[in-house]
Amino acid sequence: MSVAATSAKFKENAHEALTDARLQGAMSFSRNFVGRRAAAAARLPEFEALRDSAKAIKDHTLTHLDLYLEAYEHKVRASGGEVHYAQDAEEARKIIIELCKSMGAKSVTKGKSMIAEEIGLNDALEAAGIEPVETDLGEYIIQLRHEAPSHIIAPAIHLTARDVEQEFRKAHRDLLPDRSLKEPEQLLAEARQVLRAKFLAADVGITGANFLVAETGTSIIVTNEGNGDLTQILPQAHIVIASIEKIVPTLEDAAQLLRVLARSATGQDASVYTTLSTGPRRPGDPDGPRAYHVVILDNGRSAMLGGEFEHMLRCIRCGACMNHCPVYQAVGGHAYGWVYPGPMGAVLTPSLIGVAEGGQLPNASTFCGRCEEVCPVRIPLPGMMRHWREREFERRLSPAPMRYGLGFWAFFASRPGLYRMATGLAARVLHLAGRNKGRFASLPFAGGWTRYRDLAAPQGATFQSQWRSRSGAVR
Amino acid sequence: MDMTGAPSGPKSQPRVGLFVTCLVDIIRPSVGFAAVKLLENAGCKVVVPSQTCCGQPAYNSGDRESAKKLARQAIDAFEDCDYVVAPSGSCGGMLIKHYPELFAGEPDLAQRAERFANKTHELISFLVDVMGVKKVAARYEGTVAYHDSCAGLRELGVKTQPRRLLAGVEGLKLVELTDAEICCGFGGLFATKYGELSNAIVARKVDDIRGVEPDTVLAGDLGCLMNMAGKLQRDGSPIKARHVAEILAGMADGPAIGEGKPEPAR
Repeated sequence: MSVAATSAKFKENAHEALTDARLQGAMSFSRNFVGRRAAAAARLPEFEALRDSAKAIKDHTLTHLDLYLEAYEHKVRASGGEVHYAQDAEEARKIIIELCKSMGAKSVTKGKSMIAEEIGLNDALEAAGIEPVETDLGEYIIQLRHEAPSHIIAPAIHLTARDVEQEFRKAHRDLLPDRSLKEPEQLLAEARQVLRAKFLAADVGITGANFLVAETGTSIIVTNEGNGDLTQILPQAHIVIASIEKIVPTLEDAAQLLRVLARSATGQDASVYTTLSTGPRRPGDPDGPRAYHVVILDNGRSAMLGGEFEHMLRCIRCGACMNHCPVYQAVGGHAYGWVYPGPMGAVLTPSLIGVAEGGQLPNASTFCGRCEEVCPVRIPLPGMMRHWREREFERRLSPAPMRYGLGFWAFFASRPGLYRMATGLAARVLHLAGRNKGRFASLPFAGGWTRYRDLAAPQGATFQSQWRSRSGAVR
Repeated sequence: MDMTGAPSGPKSQPRVGLFVTCLVDIIRPSVGFAAVKLLENAGCKVVVPSQTCCGQPAYNSGDRESAKKLARQAIDAFEDCDYVVAPSGSCGGMLIKHYPELFAGEPDLAQRAERFANKTHELISFLVDVMGVKKVAARYEGTVAYHDSCAGLRELGVKTQPRRLLAGVEGLKLVELTDAEICCGFGGLFATKYGELSNAIVARKVDDIRGVEPDTVLAGDLGCLMNMAGKLQRDGSPIKARHVAEILAGMADGPAIGEGKPEPAR
């Protein structure tokens, strides 16, 4: 079982988010990503072509995933590392904790990893008596707050600098009260100072991976803070945790994907650090871990291969879909109730935890299509959300009033004569009912609309009836 | 209304079936008549086959079978038309992009859906791109903002066509929204299923609209327009909402969306 979800309560979560003034203020920051991505894409004439090749690389890899996984494993072993396969979250946690225990680890530093979030690694480490220390600034902040990330690349985007200052003053006991923490740079310096000791004390460093390269057995991470490098170089052991779809065939493929990743994510041409690691320290190397382990997680992904949700496995976790999503912008990431928010989360969550639990998420979309428009690997996100709605409808999981309402409507809509009579009558009645103002401030059965907005009343006779009388009922 | 620039491509007086859309049919027939006028002035013979709904509410609710039934009905109804034209990018997107998807795996029907899609267009892009209309002879005294409805913009590429025709309307001043391409929060049944969330999104949209101070907001989709109009009205804003076809056809004399008849002068 992965971390617990509240996705089934999306509506309640969204209500809380919408009425949280502090959160609403903090969320405005995430809109900055939109302009930055647009500018980065505009600076690169081949950006659209790169998206096509990024998609093609991922599609090719997914078609031959077994082959590339084996090739990757072979290369990791050849470079002195170990590969472990975990079918689910529990197995992944067990492997990692056993590895840590076998090395007598008391303290573990961590680079930012969504897979670690997915398997609830921090809680498991703590329960095993091992102290996990998040070293990405955003992850460090939310670890202090015992929160989940609210964005896949900006985990603390739901917080303001002032929130972070308060958190640091609470947690860092020896912090002098007159020390200024007003500026983001000051907050960063404060976190750096605290983390430096942790980096040096850590027995094991755990990172995620943006790509696992089959050609060389290399894992690649991108960061802007350099924390990932210290996490994987300083301790005696480096454990990489990544899911099966992170595999790419060659370094050249990884380079192509890197060209769309940062541009789509933050609008940078490249992240500040792009770090490749291949196996443990070799004889003569000045630094690096003595042991190198890769834990490859399935957790439901192989079941997506070959099916209608396979496209989702192309995702390179840039976050562009959520940055451009009006729903995410309105409610933030926590409302989605599990690990992955926004449009990619709305498709992936039901795949990984089931449509009964995650089915609300693909429904909570206007299908505006902006996510698909910006996705660097062209994942048809709205189309796949619609597929989930179909699975829900087939299994009669969608709300009964909606299903009956639809059935009632479809009965008339598939009988044009009857439909014209019914709509003609309804239009006239509603016209008369709303004629003074031309709209309704409230209307039975339309409360979801009229609680917030007025509803336009029909002008009178329907177009079809007016047209028929105008043209003498010629069909 | 006259037309400058000869229509290029289509045969003279093509037979155009107006897919009026269920919202226009029931709520705002005047948009349908504006569409008829624009099409006739562009040299089309307009027919209105018996019709109901494109099926999008069912399709987007996961009820694929009902959607297919309605799709077959629409394809049959417009069989003898040279073109099918809808005053909506959303319904247009359903007819053009999603009908062929609905019948994937059923070659005969998929082929018919493909043929149907190929002759179907959103109204304003049909006038400009197919009929070659460059200017409409309409007049409108006022400042308008144009909202790009999502499906028209992203599924059908409707962006420059309405602006081009609006630029030729005498007396009209077009102001651009800061975020014209961001969704208004309508999303069909989404607006009622997730009313609070839809409201939060449309609140941001009407803030943008108010910021550029138009007297009227325009769009090519009645659903989005009802959403924006309803929010503006609930907030007590004097800004009106109209379908872009009403302005282009010179038929913007009557009450705007959700407005009553003007009170008789005493």
